[in-house]
Amino acid sequence: MSIPIEEHNYIGISKENSEKSCVSSMESKDLNFKATELRLGLPGSESPQNKKENSLGVLKNFPYGAKRGFSDTINGNSGTWGFGSEAKNSVKVGTKILDSVKEATPKSPRKVQEKMPLVSSTNNNGHGVAPTAKAQVVGWPPIRSSRKNMVSNPPKTEEVAGCHYVKVSMDGAPYLRKVDLTIYNSYKDLSSALEKMFSCFKAGQCETQGISISDGLNENKLVDLLHGSEYVLTYEDKDGDWMLVGDVPWEMFTESCKKLRIMKSSDANGLAPRATEKWKNR
Amino acid sequence: MNPSLKKPRESMDLSNSSELTQPTAFPDEVLEKVLSLVESHKDRNSASLVCKYWYNAERWTRTKLFIGNCYSVTPEIVARRFPKIKSVTLKGKPRFSDFNLVPENWGADVQVWLDVFARVYPFLEELRLKRMAVTDESLEFLAKSFHGFKVLSLLSCDGFSTDGISSIATYCKNLTELDIQENGIDDFTGSWLSCFPDDFASLEVLNFASLNSEFSFDALERLVSRCKSLRVLKLNKNVTLGQLQRLLVRAPQLMELGTGPFVPELTGRQYAELESAFSNCKHLHTLSGLWEATRYLPVLYAACASLTFLNLSYATIRSNEFSKLLAHCPNLRRLWVLDTVRDKGLEAVGANCPLLEELRVFPADPFEEDIVHGVTESGFVAVSAGCPKLQYVLYFCRQMTNAAVATIVRNCPDFTHFRLCIMNPGQPDYLTNEPMDEAFGAVVKTCKKLQRLSVSGLLTDLTFEYIGQYAKNLETLSVAFAGSSDRGMQCVLEGCSKLRKLEIRDCPFGNAALLSGMEKYESMRCLWMSACRVTMNGCRMLAQGRPRLNVEVIKDENSDDLADKLYVYRSVAGPRRDAPPFVVTL
Repeated sequence: MSIPIEEHNYIGISKENSEKSCVSSMESKDLNFKATELRLGLPGSESPQNKKENSLGVLKNFPYGAKRGFSDTINGNSGTWGFGSEAKNSVKVGTKILDSVKEATPKSPRKVQEKMPLVSSTNNNGHGVAPTAKAQVVGWPPIRSSRKNMVSNPPKTEEVAGCHYVKVSMDGAPYLRKVDLTIYNSYKDLSSALEKMFSCFKAGQCETQGISISDGLNENKLVDLLHGSEYVLTYEDKDGDWMLVGDVPWEMFTESCKKLRIMKSSDANGLAPRATEKWKNR
Repeated sequence: MNPSLKKPRESMDLSNSSELTQPTAFPDEVLEKVLSLVESHKDRNSASLVCKYWYNAERWTRTKLFIGNCYSVTPEIVARRFPKIKSVTLKGKPRFSDFNLVPENWGADVQVWLDVFARVYPFLEELRLKRMAVTDESLEFLAKSFHGFKVLSLLSCDGFSTDGISSIATYCKNLTELDIQENGIDDFTGSWLSCFPDDFASLEVLNFASLNSEFSFDALERLVSRCKSLRVLKLNKNVTLGQLQRLLVRAPQLMELGTGPFVPELTGRQYAELESAFSNCKHLHTLSGLWEATRYLPVLYAACASLTFLNLSYATIRSNEFSKLLAHCPNLRRLWVLDTVRDKGLEAVGANCPLLEELRVFPADPFEEDIVHGVTESGFVAVSAGCPKLQYVLYFCRQMTNAAVATIVRNCPDFTHFRLCIMNPGQPDYLTNEPMDEAFGAVVKTCKKLQRLSVSGLLTDLTFEYIGQYAKNLETLSVAFAGSSDRGMQCVLEGCSKLRKLEIRDCPFGNAALLSGMEKYESMRCLWMSACRVTMNGCRMLAQGRPRLNVEVIKDENSDDLADKLYVYRSVAGPRRDAPPFVVTL
């Protein structure tokens, strides 16, 4: 029952994924496309038994919740995780949906609490990044509330923890990402992480070859790396100049990097010579 | 054993007893002496079934009581059967109450037990409560009713405050153990610590790590100095490193230490003193706390050689510091960490801790979706490669593959507890997009000793077919957002002969599945089903068919026909008499 990996649209949801989650093992062979209809139901609830539920638009399982997005906008964005008393457990789906659901599907209990604003979702399948609105579920993941309260928040500011978040933009992508440079040890790590993050946007494949940092100065090795593809990786340094990534030793790079930008190669022409020059002048 | 306290009915003249058929029968004293050495309550339960003679010998020698579900029996029944209890372990609410799935005031009040115990077991010494409702009044009652009281352990309980703890400190003159963990407690003040009398010196275990309020450090320091037998000390967030050093100097005999925050704030000399204090703790085998541990971890290195349990689950430590620390901990058996250590940190675990038996990886940011957080399948694989003795794992991650799990259980076939939580409900194998059926199939096929399993990810009925077919030693199963049809649950109920606890949420299992287990539930402790497809009618049928089961439904305001939350358990106590209005007993 293996299903080939599909290309994803930029949201990161593939038709295949939407189907997969609602088709039972028995039906998977016939790839029931009706299953991609919007429908309401429990995460994990399957269409086969309740044919009459198919008639109305119904919300789909969690992970492929792009279609849930609009109900979140109806609901408004209210942010925080809803724990606590049972009174909060009732579903706060937009009223329009609720009414129609109540008519057609009197049997589906809903434990879903839709309070989460649009946020970038988990990497559903390792290939795309989807800013799907994620409905938060009571009591999931199963972590005791005392454990939530006790953990000091992972430090987000630079001073406190010594982590160094920089924005990463990519030409043509609709939104930016942020990476913590301190968690990488080399250009190779950074490059593969960025590749994973943005692969849904890239048409071509990046060849990742090893760069050894121990020899210190690796002039334009990274440029060679990305040479085959349409994109180059550049960064804005402390002086505000846009530099090609890969020229200077890794530690020096992490200290001076303020922002990253994945540029189209066509725009990057003329960047390299300036970078080398600047380095020679240091 | 005092013969004059013996039971009335049993005849001492064995040859008259028509119930005995064995050729050589023991005198009472011998049997009771032997049975008094039997500790495990399971063994004792078995012994009590041999014959009436053994049943009586056993009940007179049992001193430790274990009640896994406080509603399965009444205090009166217990008191009648066991006259000589000194230690009680009592568990109350269903486990899913830890995750806010059970409304407040559901029950499991300890007072009704204390009332009977005060009458029948005035020499009660130990009380360990888990998921019970405990009030300050109950704690005061406890402190005043049992004069030899020694051990109080409260885990995941709620309803009390630090005032209740003050009562314990004030009145329990013989207290040896005060263990307050992860409770829903009103934390008003730390003044309870000052309530211990000045001559009080018997404490061996003190765990107040989960209380946050300020307290008098002087009182604590004096207490620690006096209690020469103190072996477990778990501090809360209000103890600085400087204060920690002073405590360690007074208690070098400590075996388990929970530090306060490890915020860098010491002078060079203070740092050296702290380092020296740690190196003097030659008996330290368990270390926890370490909130905000960043740069001062090397101070621990000298104490790490003998460490067997390292609990960093409240420390947002990163892979670099973590790896360096692990290099000093070759004897680790149990490790709890946050996923801030990342896969790299887990690789260090595999490289440094070959004796590891238990690993728990908790998510630092369970509700964050950012791709760069947490651990992945490769971290788990790395640990399994280096730690073949792994038996217990709890792993929270955001991606997993069937192949990785297959590799993991090939490396570690001795798993007894396998709890994998892929945090996105219903998420498939991220590389192949297939369900995670084969992953858990591999687990149950390979790990013959598996007792506890928690499944997650996108799962069809196939997973449950595997479980029913292969997991013959399985006792506890937790299922969420999984399965395709009733058949899944049916397979488990049919196949897992040793199943005791089954908890299910948000799965498409309905009445057919529920009723297929009708014959089975009396051999189990409990069944929980929430947000499934079970209806009130189905529950009624179960209740009517099995009068010795308590079939309780926690009503949701939304729909009348669906049984929103179903809790089924065997009981000799009959239906609950203290059920709140939202709990409907069928």
